[in-house]
Amino acid sequence: MESILKLLEKDGRLTVKQMADLLGSDEKAVSDKLKQLEDEHVILGYKALIDWDKTDNEVVTAIIEVRVTPQRGEGFEKVAERIYQFEEVESLYLMSGGFDLAVFLVGRTMREVALFVATKLAPVEGVASTATHFILKKYKESGVLFATEPEQQERGYLL
Amino acid sequence: MDYEKILGQCVQDIPFSGIRKFFELLETMPGAISLSVGEPDYQTPWHIREAGIYSLTKGFTKYTANAGLTELRREICNYQRRRFGLEYDWKTETLVTIGGSEAIDLGVRALINPGEEVIVPQPSFVCYSPIAQLAGGVPVIVETKAENRFKLTADELRAAITPKTKILVLPYPCNPTGGIMEKDDLEAIAEVLRGTNIMVLSDEIYAELTYGKRHVSIASIDGMRERTIVVGGFSKAYSMTGWRLGYANGPAPIIKQMTKIHQYAIMCAPTTSQYAAVEAMRSGDADIEEMVEDYGQRRRYIITRFRELGLDCFEAEGAFYVFPCIKSTGLSSEEFAEKLLREQQVAVVPGSAFGASGEGYVRCCYAASLKDIDEALDRIGRFLETHHA
Repeated sequence: MESILKLLEKDGRLTVKQMADLLGSDEKAVSDKLKQLEDEHVILGYKALIDWDKTDNEVVTAIIEVRVTPQRGEGFEKVAERIYQFEEVESLYLMSGGFDLAVFLVGRTMREVALFVATKLAPVEGVASTATHFILKKYKESGVLFATEPEQQERGYLL
Repeated sequence: MDYEKILGQCVQDIPFSGIRKFFELLETMPGAISLSVGEPDYQTPWHIREAGIYSLTKGFTKYTANAGLTELRREICNYQRRRFGLEYDWKTETLVTIGGSEAIDLGVRALINPGEEVIVPQPSFVCYSPIAQLAGGVPVIVETKAENRFKLTADELRAAITPKTKILVLPYPCNPTGGIMEKDDLEAIAEVLRGTNIMVLSDEIYAELTYGKRHVSIASIDGMRERTIVVGGFSKAYSMTGWRLGYANGPAPIIKQMTKIHQYAIMCAPTTSQYAAVEAMRSGDADIEEMVEDYGQRRRYIITRFRELGLDCFEAEGAFYVFPCIKSTGLSSEEFAEKLLREQQVAVVPGSAFGASGEGYVRCCYAASLKDIDEALDRIGRFLETHHA
C-alpha cells in the first residue's frame, strides 16, 4: 500500500490508529500491511532527523568521492562491501559520472575523518583515489529544513 | 463631528462580522490551537513564488491590461477546459480580479438594480449579503439543512424565487459546511432556472478541493452557461491567499460591464501576482493533486475523531472544513466556541457566524498539521466531558 509508505515517509511516528483514520482503513489492515512491508524489507527502519549542531555533541560529516578500479568479474560490489562494513560509513552510493562510490562518513572531528580515509578507506584493494569534502552546514535533509527558523508572519483572521 | 450622520446609511446598516471579538480574544492567547482560519496551511509552492520573483527581477512592475495579462487569461481558459470542461473566450469572457471576492462584488454590482433580490443559501461565506446590500439589492436567505447534506434543493430555491429575484448565489463546495453540489443536484436547480432571467453567481473558489468526486460547475449543465458567472481563484487551489488573485468567467455582455467597474475601481489586479498565477496554472496541477490527497486524509481523520467523541459530524466532501453539530452540549455555537477557547485554548468558529442556520454547529478547518488536529481533538474531548448535557 503506497499510501502507508507516503505517510510514514513524512512522519515515521504516526500510530497505526492515526494511519487507519487518515486512510479510511481499519487498524488491523494497517498493522498487517506494516508487518508485511517490514518483513519484505520495504520499510527498513524508523529514525529521527537530528540537527546535531544544536547539541553539545560534536559531529562531522564528510562526503568522500572514491574512484575504483573494477575487479574482474566482481565490478564494484566487492569494493563496496569492504567499505560499507565500517560503522563510520553512514551511507554509500554507486554513482554515475566522474567518480564511482560516494561515501558519507561521520566522525567526531575532521582529523578523525581524515585519518579514517587515510588509514582505512584509501588502502582498500581496488580503491584508486579518494577526495574528501567536509559538510560545513546542513540546510536541508530528507526534505526537512535545518538551518532556518521560520519567521512569524503577521496574519489576518479571515473567514 | 457626528460621523453617524455623515456616514452613508447603507454601510452603517450592515453589521460587523459578529466574531471579530472572538478573533481578538484568540490573538491574546498565543498558545491556542486554531482550527479557525479559512486558509491553507501550505506555503505557495516555490516554483510559483519564484515566478513572481522572476517577474520582479525582469522589471515587470507596470499596470497590466484592465482585464488582466493576456497570457493569464488564456491560461485561465485552458485551465477551465482542462479541469472542469468549461469553454470560455479569454478575450471577452474572462476577467482577472483581486481575489474571488472582487469578482463576487463585481458580478452583483453589474447585475443588481435597487430592490432586486439576491438569493443566498446559508450557512455560507459571510460576504454575499453585505455585498448585495451595498449594491442596493435585497438578500433573501435560504437555509440549507444538514439532512440534505447542506445542499440547496430545487424546492427550497423555488420557494425563495419572487418576481424580483435577480441572482442566485451558489456557494459550493461550501465554506463552512463542506457540502458540495453534484451533477444531479445541479440539474434540479437548472430545471428551476432555465427560462427565467435569474443569473447564477457560482462561487467556485473551492472547486479543486473535493474528495473522491470531481467538482461540477453549474455552467456545464445544459442551458446554464448563458446564465452563470463562474467565480474562481488562486487562494485555495494553489495556497495563494495573500497574493489576492481571482477571476470571473461568464457571458461577454456581463464580463464587459464587470470589467468596466473593475477598470474604474481597481485598474488591474497586482502584476506580480498575475505572473505567478500564469506559472501556477501552467505547472501547478501536480501541486493540487498532492494537496488534495493530503487534505483528504486529514478530513477523514478529523471526521472519525469527532464521531468518536460522540458529536454528529456530517461527511463533508469539499473545501477544508468540517461542521460538527454541538447541539448535544446544550450550548449555543457562540458559547461553545468561546468556552472552548477560554477553557481548552482551542479556536473553532461558531456556525452562527455563517447565518442563523449555522446555529448548533461549529466550523473546524482541517488545513492544520496532524499534530495540531490531534491535540485540538483531545482538548475538545476533555471539554465535552465537562459540558455534556
